[in-house]
Amino acid sequence: MPLAPDLSRRAILQGGGALVAGLLVAIELPWAAARADEPEPTGKRFNAFIHVAPDNTVTFTLPAVEMGQGAFTSQTQCLAEELDVALDKVMTVPAPPDQANYGSPALVVQATGGSTTTMAWSGPLRKAGATARAMLVAAAAARWQVDPASLTTENGVITHAPSGRTIAYGAVADAASRLTPPKDVPLKDPAHFRLIGKPVHRIDTPDKVTGKTVYGIDVMLPGMKFATLMASPVLGGKVGSVDQAQAMTVPGVRQVVVLDDLVAVVADNTWAAMQGLNALAIEWAPGSNAGLDQAQLWAGLEKAAQGPGVTAKKEGDAPAKLKDGTLFEQSYELPYLAHAPMEMTNCVVHVHDGGCEVWTGTQVPGFAQAGAAKALGIPPEKVTIHNHMIGGGFGRRLEVDGVVKATRIAAHVDGPLKVIWSREEDIRQQLYRPLYNEHLKARVENGRITALHHRVTGGSVMARWLPVAFTNGVDSDAVEGAVDVPYAIGNRLVEYIRHESAVPVAFWRGVGPNGSIFSVECFIDLIARKTGSDPLDFRRAHLEKNPRALGVLNLVAEKAGWGTPAPPSPHGARRGRGIALMNAFGSFLAAIADVAVNDTGDVRVTRLVIAADVGQVVNPDTLEAQIQGGATFGLSTVLFDKITFAGGKVEQGNFNDYRILRIDEMPVIEAHVVPSKENMGGIGEPGTVVTQPAVANAVYAATGVQLTRMPIDRALIAKGA
Amino acid sequence: MDLKINGADHQVDVPDNMPLLWVVRDVIGLTGTKFGCGIAQCGACTVHLDGVAVRSCQLPVGAVGGRAITTIEGVGATPAGAKIQKAWLDLEVIQCGYCQPGQVMSAAALLAANPQPDDEAIDAAMAGNLCRCGTYVRIREGIKHAARA
Repeated sequence: MPLAPDLSRRAILQGGGALVAGLLVAIELPWAAARADEPEPTGKRFNAFIHVAPDNTVTFTLPAVEMGQGAFTSQTQCLAEELDVALDKVMTVPAPPDQANYGSPALVVQATGGSTTTMAWSGPLRKAGATARAMLVAAAAARWQVDPASLTTENGVITHAPSGRTIAYGAVADAASRLTPPKDVPLKDPAHFRLIGKPVHRIDTPDKVTGKTVYGIDVMLPGMKFATLMASPVLGGKVGSVDQAQAMTVPGVRQVVVLDDLVAVVADNTWAAMQGLNALAIEWAPGSNAGLDQAQLWAGLEKAAQGPGVTAKKEGDAPAKLKDGTLFEQSYELPYLAHAPMEMTNCVVHVHDGGCEVWTGTQVPGFAQAGAAKALGIPPEKVTIHNHMIGGGFGRRLEVDGVVKATRIAAHVDGPLKVIWSREEDIRQQLYRPLYNEHLKARVENGRITALHHRVTGGSVMARWLPVAFTNGVDSDAVEGAVDVPYAIGNRLVEYIRHESAVPVAFWRGVGPNGSIFSVECFIDLIARKTGSDPLDFRRAHLEKNPRALGVLNLVAEKAGWGTPAPPSPHGARRGRGIALMNAFGSFLAAIADVAVNDTGDVRVTRLVIAADVGQVVNPDTLEAQIQGGATFGLSTVLFDKITFAGGKVEQGNFNDYRILRIDEMPVIEAHVVPSKENMGGIGEPGTVVTQPAVANAVYAATGVQLTRMPIDRALIAKGA
Repeated sequence: MDLKINGADHQVDVPDNMPLLWVVRDVIGLTGTKFGCGIAQCGACTVHLDGVAVRSCQLPVGAVGGRAITTIEGVGATPAGAKIQKAWLDLEVIQCGYCQPGQVMSAAALLAANPQPDDEAIDAAMAGNLCRCGTYVRIREGIKHAARA
């Protein structure tokens, strides 16, 4: 997502605009609140993030949620580093909906996503830890009548070395929290870091490995009933009629809830609810989308992409330069995609006493609260959100459609209700990565691109999700990888065209750069190969002003052995090696993929080497895991994944037709990290982004065919095709 | 119906055709075993029957008979299960963790049957367990790490 500190800082410097004002306020707010000018009456809470109990238990309230990316651990490292407590002494809880304290400095709203957690929160959390530590030290100094500067802290204990006295944090917590929080407490010198930058073990995994972790789907409450649901298979359709007779005879089925757009069966357990749903005879009123199919969706997008668009970036005069000379032109098309996290959509809701309790895993607790409140027509403060570990987010839990549907159903049920989506319902009834058309045109002179026109056409997520970031008709996310290319080109025009269809769209791991960087990197390969240039050398020729980009490109080339052929593979006689470079989310990555393609067009990625410069790192082990995982996610994407529509219905439904890469299809993945003191960048998304064009370019190298509509279409690269 | 789960006896009153997954999760309340697809495509629901890995979402509880059921909550009591769990933490295999009960159960069954699995054996035993976070690189390393322990 686009609101990374880099962009926001630049936007602020440039001045003007609602987005700028919003960000400034948002950046100031969390820290102002976190200074906790009014400590709670219990006298032990230091700020919005830290609570120290008399028994020395330290509780951290973490603003970014844990969905596998390691955010609980990295945020805890930042707090514990400055507070000087041991990681295993800390309890962590997810923050409740509270925009004033936990609104993200990067995303404005209280949300976890877009690879922003580390860059947004490491500063405020360190400051919160340092301030609380200073208050504890001041309280101990007052008790002992000594100079605070003569005290040291370690593992939750304050020591006065000259007298040999020690005292635990808990013993001075109450007194400390009554002090006025000091301003501008200095942060630790990085040379003295014990936790930040170290590959410490994760704090969430011990419970995960034994099955103890309670995800939203695992919540069990006394008297709870279980439900599953079906919404109109045709997008936007309504319920016509429902015959409940058969369903009500299924043992364990208690109730059928019929709403205007969906039907749910409530039962004593999930299985009975599923059996009941199968036994329902539902007539749907499909509505106006019954004729919608994929060819029509592609055609509509292509027509819209003829432009002209709204200018997102202008350097020099690209249109003038593109009137003549040696020109290249190509469109790339990216499909709708489902997030398909392993934990499907689910939500537990209990509507009672004029209010409502919600148990779920959400990336946006405030949106969940507002969504449930709106569904019930009650004020948000009457909704309590119990946030849980998330079994994979990837953007899916940035949406609260599941919370809203479950609340609407639960409003008709006595007692707590757990609503679980079937996998099919999860795949078919969600919000999808937008369909994108990316049109590029370039002029080449003396082995360099001297003008580039990039037009991005697609549905806008920002316009709905964060309207403040949809300014002057430009979706800042959709164009992110097009506006900021690592290459020095000179004359550039980036345009955006918002084109909505009936299909709802959402953020999806890798977000906008998945389309824009994919297209730029494939287009660069097209030009390099058509002009007889080596794809690595051709990229290098445009990077003289970008040492970090050049650094990762050179590193990946060295590690992968660029210039040598991809080794023989049992998976196909045609072999190729492809390269890609990216700069987004404040990070620089380059990837080289080796592929083998067999006669029927099956592609096997046999090796993937990635080099990353993400600036300063909080947890290098998590960083490596995110690169490996993000890359694997990108492999499924480029090789297999698409959501398509026929007769207004999603054609895919489960992992048999919406494929996730399996372990026996995995390449070797090597991740190389450049040590860096630069500003922190994000790493949840980049591996997904950079892997896709590297694989596509390797397939191009292996087959001589550049595929321009994703995912890879075997039929177009079968032998003799 | 009598079931033996993680060494404890459970009496349940459920239809024979109810998948073991839902008996374990909704009726007995052991929620470590996960629902992922319902069609034995993802392996999140993997449990052991007499030490053999099976997909509980497709296994009618009536077919269990007297066989001992082991779930993620109990597998740490077996030598192979304990080794796999330790390896998973040593190497920080886990990300979101939702698929990992199934991964651990499949890996523990593999290790119990084949103490030194090679890549081919790992592929064969683990290909039925999907991970959306993409932890496969470390799952492979984790099994080898456990085998060396």
